[in-house]
Amino acid sequence: MNLKSRHLLGIEPLDPAEIALILDTAEGFAEIGTREIKKVPTLRGRTVVNFFVEPSTRTRSSFELAEKRLSADSLNFSSGSSSLVKGETLLDTLRNLEAMSPDFIVMRHSEAGAPHFLARYGRASIVNAGDGAHEHPTQALLDAFTIRQRKGRLAGLKVAIVGDILHSRVARSNVLLLSKMGADVVVCGPPTLLPPGIERLGAKATWRMEEAVEGADVVMMLRIQLERMRGGYFPTLREYAAFYGLTVERLARAAQDAIVMHPGPINRGVEIMGDVADGAASVILNQVTNGVAVRMAVLYLLAGGDRDAPAQER
Amino acid sequence: MSQPARVRVLDAASIERSLTRIAHEILERNKGLSGIGLVGVQTRGVPLAQRLAATLGAIEGRTPAVGLLDINLYRDDLSRIADHPVLRRTQIPFEVDDATIVLVDDVLYTGRTVRAALDALMDLGRPRAIQLAVLVDRGHRELPVRADFVGKNVPTAPAERVDVLLRETDGSDEVVIVKPKDGRDVRGEDQG
Repeated sequence: MNLKSRHLLGIEPLDPAEIALILDTAEGFAEIGTREIKKVPTLRGRTVVNFFVEPSTRTRSSFELAEKRLSADSLNFSSGSSSLVKGETLLDTLRNLEAMSPDFIVMRHSEAGAPHFLARYGRASIVNAGDGAHEHPTQALLDAFTIRQRKGRLAGLKVAIVGDILHSRVARSNVLLLSKMGADVVVCGPPTLLPPGIERLGAKATWRMEEAVEGADVVMMLRIQLERMRGGYFPTLREYAAFYGLTVERLARAAQDAIVMHPGPINRGVEIMGDVADGAASVILNQVTNGVAVRMAVLYLLAGGDRDAPAQER
Repeated sequence: MSQPARVRVLDAASIERSLTRIAHEILERNKGLSGIGLVGVQTRGVPLAQRLAATLGAIEGRTPAVGLLDINLYRDDLSRIADHPVLRRTQIPFEVDDATIVLVDDVLYTGRTVRAALDALMDLGRPRAIQLAVLVDRGHRELPVRADFVGKNVPTAPAERVDVLLRETDGSDEVVIVKPKDGRDVRGEDQG
């Protein structure tokens, strides 16, 4: 069994068997992170370009660590230092990157669809590390891995995703993945931050947080970006925190052994209170640890050589 | 297309006898069980290692620890094979440093699996020694690898396939050679 595409552009094109394959494969990689020597020779001699056109520290670090633990050679090409600011087009930059014959390009871009564009023109395997408000597939995969680690399954779980659903690629990828795997997803946020038609992706929507959290097995909080306040989506951070902040009291409405997740970085006292973020239900740091294993699994599975070659014997 | 012929080379009783003999040979070679840990190569080496451990326990009154090893991340053909093998668990419940490890697999063939297993073990520590036990040695080595303990040497042609069936993974105990009838290559199963 293998992934059908040599790119990971989003959760949307994956079928449930492919998602399960990535999560199962990540189990094997999680063990490597516990070893004294956290490195395997699997991608020795392969080159990965981390092409980050939008600032990102944690996703890039997580990919970098995954690449290093697989023994790949990686190089970072980011917006501040790149020629994009000098007026080069995206396609020209791609051609320049491809002239260095990378096997993978891990790409973060502020425009939705940018990785899909590269996948059409390039030879390398493209991994979408977040494109605009569209998708962030490896985040959804690491979230699913963390949920499965704690709950043993995804199907039948009630998952509440709370925050700025409108601008969130994390929410979109998670809704797609969790509903494909049979979980019940409720998205919740102020009416201005709930995109119309989100139900079509497979989630229920509500603007009442109490309703979303009621009986939830998983409460996933999204970072509220401070610049949204200036966009007029909500009046003040204090008001947002009062209606949509995860407090101990609100969490008490969730299932007894509910877990709390957050893709980071967290705004303490805004979308999540400090005592919840540091509490026993929080798996926020497990998400970070699991992110490396899941990204290793993705690179490993995409590294399959000739997809038409016969199975080899040893 | 005609069905490939299947010839049984070991039945349940002979597998049992082979494992009992290997257990005695392990004890003879190492003068007991001191410092010995078994490591089964995923997947069929694992039940074999567990059976060997149980047999050793019955003889010595003390059962050695059994680890699991997945070698897929150490394969030399990852860039060539179409389907990546599913990654399974690696878990060694004993200290690898200074242990004498008996590596257990079902079939010894090209030797490439053993090469990968040696590299994988070396990344986990520095064993004092590594010995190799296999149920079947079918020949056709491509690397300078030799087993210390062999259940049965089975001469084969390169186009044939050796299937090891174990009750833990396949419901019954049996080793069969699958011969192609019409010159068709019946290989394709992954085997060491």
